[in-house]
Amino acid sequence: MSTPFSVLQQSLPYLLQGVWVTLVVVLGSLSLGLLVGLPLAVGQVYGPRPLKRIIGLYVWFFRGIPLLVLLFLFYFGLFPFLHLDFSAFTVAIIVLGSISSAYQSQILRGAILSIPEGQMKAARAIGMSDAQAIVHIILPQALRLAIPGWSNEYSVLLKDSAVTYALGVAELMARAHHVASRTYQHLVLYLCAGFIFMILTFLGTRALNALHRKVKLKGYS
Amino acid sequence: MTTATDSAPVLTVEGIRKSFGNKEILGGVDLSIRRGEIKVLIGPSGAGKSTLLQSINFLVMPDAGRICLEGRPVDPSDRKGLCLYRQQVGMIFQEFNLFDHLTALGNVEIGLVRVKKMKRSQARERAMAELERVGLGVHAHKYPAELSGGQKQRVSIARALALDPKVMLLDEPTSALDPELIGEVHAVIRDLGAAGMTMIMATHQIGFARALADEIIFMENGVVIEQGPPDKILDDADCERTREFCTKITELGGR
Ligand SMILES: Nc1ncnc2c1ncn2[C@@H]1O[C@H](COP(=O)(O)OP(=O)(O)OP(=O)(O)O)[C@@H](O)[C@H]1O
Ligand SMILES: [Mg+2]
Repeated sequence: MSTPFSVLQQSLPYLLQGVWVTLVVVLGSLSLGLLVGLPLAVGQVYGPRPLKRIIGLYVWFFRGIPLLVLLFLFYFGLFPFLHLDFSAFTVAIIVLGSISSAYQSQILRGAILSIPEGQMKAARAIGMSDAQAIVHIILPQALRLAIPGWSNEYSVLLKDSAVTYALGVAELMARAHHVASRTYQHLVLYLCAGFIFMILTFLGTRALNALHRKVKLKGYS
Repeated sequence: MTTATDSAPVLTVEGIRKSFGNKEILGGVDLSIRRGEIKVLIGPSGAGKSTLLQSINFLVMPDAGRICLEGRPVDPSDRKGLCLYRQQVGMIFQEFNLFDHLTALGNVEIGLVRVKKMKRSQARERAMAELERVGLGVHAHKYPAELSGGQKQRVSIARALALDPKVMLLDEPTSALDPELIGEVHAVIRDLGAAGMTMIMATHQIGFARALADEIIFMENGVVIEQGPPDKILDDADCERTREFCTKITELGGR
């Protein structure tokens, strides 16, 4: 007869391995989201009108459809249709990253737009090209402003990552479910999973807050 | 005694027009300035002074007209050429527009490093020299938010000077400053003039304009109404409208 405690004790290493999977999925999709979201934001602010339209559509698509639908659409629908044989893990990062890129592009767009117009004018006035002005003047300021938004994005992704268990990604939630359905210790296992998610949220936002303080410009509140 | 090259204009502006929507802001402005000359733009608010200055380096794209630097017309559709041209035309803004994420030194240095592709160490040396020239050597490592308005404007002047401009455009350089900070910026501009810098400046500081300008240009409703030596324009203008404006502004600002 297994007690809640002994089950937890035995399954903890197994669960903690899931934490790594969760973190890789979250950090992977957060990075992918930034990599794609940054050019989207720049394109949406400075690009020609047709490009702005297309980016608008992209954002609308990924923000408008529930995560689970997108996961199934890509994993069971789109990728097999394109004869792409991606693992559930890869698809999880691609889908979460794409969704995150849509949200991050809007965080960054807001940040870019909040930089006073005079900064761009002054950069042009000293002979910078628009691309140089964006890279050396606008983005260094906008990225600083975007950190609180990222902090939020991180915690949203962390929670969303649990849904990828539906594809069979062996992350924390999937493992908790797996153990619970064998041992019937649902209460303690989901409590434990929830608790670990809480800690991860806490640590991540703490780290980003620290980063925010570190790069904050002197003299600005 | 001026030589032939000295009397050839550094910058000429011909027939600059600009409309925003269907409102005409500049209705064909001509202007030409020789090396070492200082011209001051005056005129009521909304006359188009800022629009003119920003059109001269294409921060505002004029609808028509031609601008030549040392006799060569500038083609704003040639991006490389435009960047090169802008390096040679320093711009000072009313609101300073310092890069907030860079120190005073960084602000001056960045044009040298990124635009002139100078080596970092060399750029740093030059930037420091320019900051010292405007009296800010000791504040080199402060961020804009840690500087007073007068100091910020001096940094922005150093930033422009670092690129060795042939002309400087100054758009009301002291009108965003507290009165007690105006003097330090005026002193820097006066030194520039004494060193032979060619300048076009918009200002409402009439006493300063009188002391500094070789010529004052009175603008209203997007056109030049009258131009001439300071004493002539400020005290004895030909045009009724110029006299009216100058009387009002000299009463306010003193001589
Ligand atoms: N981007 C713009 N869009 C529409 N109207 C503009 C724009 N920029 C300037 N204007 C208009 O152009 C007119 C001239 O403005 P400008 O700033 O050149 O005048 P100014 O002579 O510099 O005035 P001030 O002494 O107040 O600085 C104003 O009526 C202003 O509202
Ligand atoms: Mg103005």
